[in-house]
Order: sequence, then C-alpha cells, then structure tokens
Amino acid sequence: MVLSAALFIIGVIGVMTRRNIIVILMSIELMLNAVNINLVAFSNLWQNAAGQVFVIFVICVAAAEAAVGLGIILAFYRNKETVNIDEMSLMRW
Amino acid sequence: MGQAIAFYTLAACILGFGVLVITAKNTVHSVMFLVVNFLFVAGLYVLLGAQFLAVIQVVVYAGGIVVLYLFVVMLVNLKRPPEAHQDRRRRGRLGVTCSLVVLAELVAIAAYKYVSPAAGLPPALPMGPDNVAQVGMLLYTDYLIPFELASMLLLVAMVGAIVLAKRDL
Amino acid sequence: MIDLLVIPLIKIVIVLTGVLITVMYLVLLERKVQAWVQVRLGPMRVGPHGVLQPIADVLKLFVKEDITPVRADKVVFTLAPIIVLVPAIIAFAVIPFGDQVSIFGKPVPLHIADLNVGLLYIVAVASIGIYGIILGGWSSNSKYPLLGALRASAQLISYEVAVTLTFVSVILVSGSLSMVDIVTAQKANGVWFAFVQPLALFIYFVGALAETNRSPFDLPEAEQELVAGFHTEYSGMRFALFFLAEYANMIVVSAVATTLFFGGWLRPFPSVAFLHFLDFVPTWIWFVVKTFLVLYLFLWIRATLPRYRYDQLMRLGWKVLIPLAIANIIVTAAVKVALSD
Repeated sequence: MVLSAALFIIGVIGVMTRRNIIVILMSIELMLNAVNINLVAFSNLWQNAAGQVFVIFVICVAAAEAAVGLGIILAFYRNKETVNIDEMSLMRW
Repeated sequence: MGQAIAFYTLAACILGFGVLVITAKNTVHSVMFLVVNFLFVAGLYVLLGAQFLAVIQVVVYAGGIVVLYLFVVMLVNLKRPPEAHQDRRRRGRLGVTCSLVVLAELVAIAAYKYVSPAAGLPPALPMGPDNVAQVGMLLYTDYLIPFELASMLLLVAMVGAIVLAKRDL
Repeated sequence: MIDLLVIPLIKIVIVLTGVLITVMYLVLLERKVQAWVQVRLGPMRVGPHGVLQPIADVLKLFVKEDITPVRADKVVFTLAPIIVLVPAIIAFAVIPFGDQVSIFGKPVPLHIADLNVGLLYIVAVASIGIYGIILGGWSSNSKYPLLGALRASAQLISYEVAVTLTFVSVILVSGSLSMVDIVTAQKANGVWFAFVQPLALFIYFVGALAETNRSPFDLPEAEQELVAGFHTEYSGMRFALFFLAEYANMIVVSAVATTLFFGGWLRPFPSVAFLHFLDFVPTWIWFVVKTFLVLYLFLWIRATLPRYRYDQLMRLGWKVLIPLAIANIIVTAAVKVALSD
C-alpha cells in the first residue's frame, strides 16, 4: 500500500512538473498503475478475486484513454508543431 | 522471508524506474523506463497471486499502450533542448505542494481506517491456484454489465482515436 | 530443494543449446531448400555438402568490424538486438517437449515450467519483442531504419491481434491456458486440434508468417526495399543477434503451432489402438519431427510466393484475418454450447 501511494505521488509530481505533454500522459499511466497495485494488494489480502476483475476494467479504461489522448496530441501537433504544454493554449491567442 | 526480499526488491525497482520516467531528459528514454516499470509491476502481480493480471498487464499495457506512446514520440520527433530554467523552479514548487496535499489526504484516509472498523466487505471468493477460471467466472456472472460497458467504451475509444488521427475527413 | 533448482537448470541448458544449434542449422537449411527449389545446389564448399557453413557464418560475423553510427544513442543501439533476442528464447520456457521421462527412477516432465497462463505468456513475450525492432530502428539515427522499424512494428502489432484471436478459439476447445493442458486435451479428445479448428490453423499460420517477418510478408527487411530496413546500420555481432532472433522466433512459432494444432508430442492418430507400435518412439522425437515439418512449410513458402505490398499486407491483416478469426470464435463457441446440451 505504501508502494502504491509512493508511486501515485511520483505520478502526480510528474504531471505537475514536466511540460512535455507526452510525459504528462505517461505520468497519468503511472498513477493508474499505482491504483492497480493497490487493488491487487487488497485482493490478495482479503482473498477476494473481485479486486482483480476491477483491475481489468481499469486497464481497459487506461488503454482507451491513452489511445484517445495520443490521437488528440497527434491532431494538435499537426496544427501547432509543438508538444510543449505551455504553448498549447488555444483559448489565449 | 524470500517473499519479503522479492517484494522489497520489486518495490525499489518500481519506484526507482518511476522516478527515472519523470526525470529523464530524452523522451524515448522515458518511455523505455516506463516499459521496464510495467514489467516490474507485472512481476509484483505474480508475487501477489494474480498471474492472469500479470500477463494481461504485459500484453496490454507494456506491449500495446507503451508501443503506442513510442510511435507518437517518434512521429513527433522530440529532440528538443531541455526546458527553460525559470519556469522549472516555479513549477517544481507547485508540483511539490500538490503532492504534499495528496500525501496528507492519503494519511488521513489511513488514519480514518484505523479509527473506525472496516465497513462491510464484498462477498469473499476463495482465490485458489486456478486464477484464470475464477476471474473469468466473476467477469461473466457478477460483473457482466461493467464488462459489456467496458467493451462499448473500447469501441468508442477506437472510433474516436481513428477519427482524431485521420488526415483528411 | 535440489529438485526445484537443479533439474530446471539442466533443462534450461539443454533447451538453450538445442535452440542455438537448431537456429544455426536452420539458416543452412533455408539456403539449401531455397537452392533446391531453384534447381541449384546451395552452399557446398565448407564441409561435406556445406554442413559446416553455419560455423563459417558465425566466424565471419564475429570478426566483422562493429560500426556504430555517429550520433546514435549508444546504449539503446546496443540494447535493441538483445531486446529482440531475449523474448524469442524465453518463450521456450512453457513449451512442452514431451511426456514424462523417468531419469534415474524419478519422473521428469519434459517442459521447463507449467504456467497456468502459458499461452498468454507466449503472447506477452511476443509483444515485448516488438520493442527491440522499434528501438533498433530509432537508435540508428537515420531515416531508412526508422521508417523500416515503424513499418515492421505496425505489421507486427496488427497480426498479433489476429493470432491472439485464434488462440482464443483454441482455448475454447481445450478449456485451459496451460500448454501442457492443451496437449492433454488433444490426447483426451483423441484428435489433433488441426482437424477441429482448421480455420484457426490457417489464420495462425498466416499471422505467424507476418509476425516473424517472413515471406511473403518480409517487406520490412527485404533487401530490395528500404535498404534492408531496420537493421541497415547494424553490422557484426549485433546483426548476428538480430538474425538469430528472427530464426529463433520462427522456431518458437512453429513449436507453438505444433503444440496447439498438431498434438504436441502425441503420436499420429493417438486414439487408434492399431498403431500402438508407434508408442516405442520417444515423445520428444514426435515433437521435433512435427516442428521441423512446420518449419519446412515456412521455408517452402518463402521460396514460392511473391512479396506482399505494404498496404495489401495491412489490409489483409485488419480487414480479412481479424473478422475471420472473430467469426471462428463465434462458430466455435456456438458449436460448443450446442454440443454440451
């Protein structure tokens, strides 16, 4: 549990400090993995297989979100030629 | 005893590579560290008795999603110089503050759990060595509706990703 | 305790040496078979009928100068061939080579590990091998390898889906993910899964051809295209590793085909009692013979069919094989439900 909390915090730091949007997305994946570790650990502790089923769903959602997120980045990059999140503010021209 | 050693080694590796993921300057190195991280997490799952999940993690997460990341990284071709200095310091302070908030929250949850006894647990299913069969059983009986919803979600995500990435629409 | 450690170690050493020697001679066999199909003789000079040719090849590759491109990422450049080779070899850990053998009175099963998720393990290992190709192409820091690598990996991940779907239909019939159990199920049913699931076998074979970058799907590494694709900048020992990995992959894929579809180490017609005299042949010999027959099919197809263009290849994978594989699963499931009532 401490492990998953620590991994989650690392993910949060990654999201906040890096400006490369791909690294931000990867830190989100790290956070999702931290959650998964937590679920599996509890599933082992309580000898209940429901935790593992939930992990499957989380992996599903993470896959879907990664695909769509990367699609958005590609579409954005084609228009603006940058992956720096500071320069990606369409609402402020 | 052997399990404890295995756990601490795996945990150290997971955390170490996690830190490397967010601090590597070269994005491709970052992605590689992420893959290694996921492989160690899969090892952890095997230690915790979830073999099906471990293999699924490698196939889907490490073998599919990160390959997607690698593709995008290469198509975007990031050989830019590292980020500017003054922004980093301010960002760093903001990041540390946010993570301290998260840490405080987690500590609060843990303390709360010790103060009041655990609420009702879901019905316990004994986990035996036949891990795959049990997960499958659960998926198709108790959790059928989330299963179908997940497949709809994947379909929508697939369509969305293709539409987003098409050049001419 | 010593059984837990020593016996698997011995098995690992035997399998490793077996695989390496087989890979070396597979290279020679390929050149010979292609030559005979083309009405010529192939390597004949080194040793009687060219039998020592692989040793000459290995020596040549060892001695060649090891060039690293100037601005390539040195660590990744060295790591990429290793990342391709390691999954190809560790996939052998779950393949059952034969039934139980008694050595010094102790029954020893002829597989290194009986994972209860054995088949998925092979899929997982295959998806790791893709990284080596992408990283190899990228770290060469030049246009052609990068494009070749991206194409190759796109091809690999497309056909990985089709192959995994055929695994699902085999699992439906056999009821377990463990490779040993799949062979046992074929023994219990008395019929190889090749006859129960012919469409799955066909899709698996085509997918396997694409997964190992073999003709007719070898566009990413063909000599006439893209200057030898993703391993253009590699020479000497590193190229040897890529080469080894490709042939080891071929052997893994053939071994998996044998286990899943051709009965693993069972003798032909395991249910016909008339042929019981064939039981005197050790089971692993059946396995080796069947794997070699599948490998020969690979070589035969390479010598015969022309190459697919890249867009035709992708169209085949996504629009033809995947719907066929899904239809196969549905039909199999329906038949299974109908038969069990």
